[in-house]
Amino acid sequence: MQHTNNQDTLVGLFVAAGIVGLFFLAMHVSNLSSFVEEDSYTITARFENSGGLKVKSPVSAAGVKIGKVSSISFDPKTYESVVQMSIDSKYNTMPDDTTASIFTAGLLGEQYVNLEPGGSETYLKADGKIEITQSAIILEKAIGQFLFKSAEEKK
Amino acid sequence: MSQFIQDLGKSTRTSFTKLGRSTYFLLQTISGIFSVLPRPRLLLNQMYSVGVLSFLIITISGLFVGMVLGLQGYYTLSDFGAEETLGVMVAASLVRELGPVVSALLFAGRAGSALTAEIGLMKATEQLSGMEMMAVDPVKRIISPRFLAGLISMPLLAGLFSAVGIIGGQIIGSGLLGVDEGAYWSQMQASIDFHDDIINGFIKSIVFGFVTSWIALFEGYDAIPTSEGVSRATTRTVVNSAFSILGLDFILTALMFGDH
Repeated sequence: MQHTNNQDTLVGLFVAAGIVGLFFLAMHVSNLSSFVEEDSYTITARFENSGGLKVKSPVSAAGVKIGKVSSISFDPKTYESVVQMSIDSKYNTMPDDTTASIFTAGLLGEQYVNLEPGGSETYLKADGKIEITQSAIILEKAIGQFLFKSAEEKK
Repeated sequence: MSQFIQDLGKSTRTSFTKLGRSTYFLLQTISGIFSVLPRPRLLLNQMYSVGVLSFLIITISGLFVGMVLGLQGYYTLSDFGAEETLGVMVAASLVRELGPVVSALLFAGRAGSALTAEIGLMKATEQLSGMEMMAVDPVKRIISPRFLAGLISMPLLAGLFSAVGIIGGQIIGSGLLGVDEGAYWSQMQASIDFHDDIINGFIKSIVFGFVTSWIALFEGYDAIPTSEGVSRATTRTVVNSAFSILGLDFILTALMFGDH
């Protein structure tokens, strides 16, 4: 009987260790612990060009992450990129004249949306729209313009 | 020439017959699982020999694989000044690929071969026929508990392997090579997706557990009941398991991570 008891304990320990391992992967390694799906609100911004922005790219204000991009689609009427962002509902006091711009972070070129609050007294509501946007800077385009301009000046 | 064609046809037919037998065997085993559930003692004993006894080799290998990933990843990433992303590299490669695959290979070598040898020997010493004489179904009594134990143990072992590996990578990365510990974890958490990475790796390990247990049990059950036959069956278990794991891994990766 002693033998089987020991064996049961070891099996129990093994299963517990396995579950702890999986739990560790879920909570500590992945982004599960930072899910904010439930208590967030959506705002929309239209960009002329959203560059390399992806779904789940961070949305930050003053350098702090306050939400993430939830969908990106192309509007076939206005030829603009429609970016929906879900913002943590803790931060529900963004003025309605906030500017959204797409910036590049770090060396590897990960792009994110930066929100620059304006001075308006009224706040953005759920499903609100950001009117003032600044597109992503496309490096090839910028270099092309620079070369074109310097060629013009030489003439 | 005609002899060659005859041989070819014969070996093709033999392998198809074997595949058919193994499918029938699998269905029998799965239907036998329902008669294991009311008797958890059978399952518990097998969890011990399949899971607990594989625990040490899995955790130690996981630790070393993680440490090597940390070391190699650091050398490559530091060329680009991107040491901070070491955590992402270690975690992504462990959770998506190395965790399920390497632990399944080790599992096939450690537990699969033991299962084949055990059942092959039972067959050689006519214990299985003895059970049938006593109207005990050997598939329900012997095979199904082992199959279920393998199916449950494999995901747990793979999860442990990945978790220990990530800690190993952290020990080397931030303990020895000076990667910032906060960056190691936060970059990892920002890039590893729960559904895309963790759940897919988990599904992989269940599939590998299923296939490895199936092959090991079938080879044992189907072994020629001599000492040579059992030794050959054990070899086939390890070889076939390794092939199936690696082949399936390719297919599963293409299916799961294809649209990225």
